[in-house]
Amino acid sequence: MSGTARIRQARAAEFVARMVLGAMAASVVAVALFVLGYIVFHGIGAIDWTFLTQIPKDRGREGGIFPVIVGTVYTTLGTAALTLPIGILAGVYLSEYAPRNYTTRAIRLAITNMAGVPSIVYGLFGLAAFVLAAGFGRSILAAALTLTCMTLPVVITATEEALRQVPQDLRQASLALGATRLRTIYRVVLPAAAPGIITGSILGLARAAGETAPILFTGAVFQMRRTPDGPLSQFMALPYHIYAQVTSVPGWNPTLVWGTALVLVAGISAASIAAGIWRSAQRRKVTW
Amino acid sequence: MVIPMQLSADGGAVITAVRDAEYTAEVTGGAIGSFSLTDVSVAYGRDRVIEGVTMDVPAHAVTALIGPSGCGKSTLLRCLNRMNDELGNVHVGGRITLDGQDIMGKAMDPVELRMRVGQVFQRPNPFPMSIFDNVAYGPRTQGIRSRTELSDLVEATLRSSALWDEVKNSLKKHAFELSGGQQQRLCIARALATRPEVILMDEPASALDPISTQQIEDTIAALKSSVTIVIVTHNMQQAARISDKTAFMLRESLEAPAFLVEMGDTKRMFTNPEDTRTESYITGRFG
Repeated sequence: MSGTARIRQARAAEFVARMVLGAMAASVVAVALFVLGYIVFHGIGAIDWTFLTQIPKDRGREGGIFPVIVGTVYTTLGTAALTLPIGILAGVYLSEYAPRNYTTRAIRLAITNMAGVPSIVYGLFGLAAFVLAAGFGRSILAAALTLTCMTLPVVITATEEALRQVPQDLRQASLALGATRLRTIYRVVLPAAAPGIITGSILGLARAAGETAPILFTGAVFQMRRTPDGPLSQFMALPYHIYAQVTSVPGWNPTLVWGTALVLVAGISAASIAAGIWRSAQRRKVTW
Repeated sequence: MVIPMQLSADGGAVITAVRDAEYTAEVTGGAIGSFSLTDVSVAYGRDRVIEGVTMDVPAHAVTALIGPSGCGKSTLLRCLNRMNDELGNVHVGGRITLDGQDIMGKAMDPVELRMRVGQVFQRPNPFPMSIFDNVAYGPRTQGIRSRTELSDLVEATLRSSALWDEVKNSLKKHAFELSGGQQQRLCIARALATRPEVILMDEPASALDPISTQQIEDTIAALKSSVTIVIVTHNMQQAARISDKTAFMLRESLEAPAFLVEMGDTKRMFTNPEDTRTESYITGRFG
């Protein structure tokens, strides 16, 4: 084969590869757009002031989803309040303090395993541990604790990963100036890792907000007249509301159910997008 | 000697007062910032990497550590501010004193030692914060909170590291916006801001262009009247240009630990070395 022919063939292969890879990447975007478009198309008709501010009527076939939104917001905030301090501090310990020994390896193994446990198993565990044994009953607290167990590995791993990205040079510089390890962590390492920690945490919490299985046995109810009045109150929640409508309400109203899905997806997307914007703003400031 | 004590709400001013007393002592002839090493050895786990280093590092002079890669120069340097402690599984033997005070024993807190012995690293490593906050980091760690005191310190140390004129109008700028050479001079200012007796420099110009290197060398020359400098360098011309004393280290094989071949006045080391291995190295026959 002559040199020109070989070059021409290589160029053709390059072109084909680019097309195939591009098509695969584009197909992901297509699926995402289709799912999102479908939800918006079917659900947007439900979204109005009444839907967002009224309680459900006729077992959810009419009226709004206000207590449902409030329930999800409460459980998610409760989960955040429990998960973030424990998860971030555990991540800091593993990244900055933990010696390389069997105990540390056992902790890491436990975290990996926690991440692999199916969410319905967490639900069952939450029922046994928090609802029954601890005596919290079916409540926001029991559900938030259950969701915390599920979200912790995500936050711990995100924190550890973000801390690992902080160059060792910076820690050395701080220690060499006579700073203690603790001061080095909270003045230099944590601020530098904050964007990664916050993004990872928000993704973990967004997943918790959308879960049905962990709250199924631990506190979510089909219908409540009032919004929850405390951590030991039962609650309605967006994902469970969708599930309950479709499985137990004959003649359920598809527009309202799609509307509920749209509110859930919009809330989660808003949190992710906010995290993304904040992160890229931070990145402009901090580059290694 | 009477140590002037300033009455102040915070502890920082007291630290400054003590430092000032030490600086006064230096003016009156009691120079401080000299190291004395006796039979120093270092082992990473079971691997003995340095053995039997005995040398005196004089105050207010530039001492260069030279030698081929892997000869333990940087490891020895890190013994002087106990940064090896942070690596884990490193054992340092022998005796090291700073102004006659043992720095390896339990009596010396590494945190206190590092305020007296600053370090500048191979690659510029400013913190991801403003120029001002970078320099003020050490003093703030010492408890200094007064804005005027911090501003004065920041200006004084940035002047010492020859960066002041370039940044005086942009102290709030993020340190990462500076060029590599400016960042390294910022790191020198940051190290000076704790008012150390000694500054350790681990190949401070190896990541910089020739002009920035020149500026760093000028800064070192200007600094040595007030602070002891120990510098590790690969660059023998640099050692010859800027140092008063030169120590040549060598690790002849991976099985045997590194050792100090000889140490002496830089001029003598480069013109009339006692050891043939020193001569071979400085004339470029190996390394």
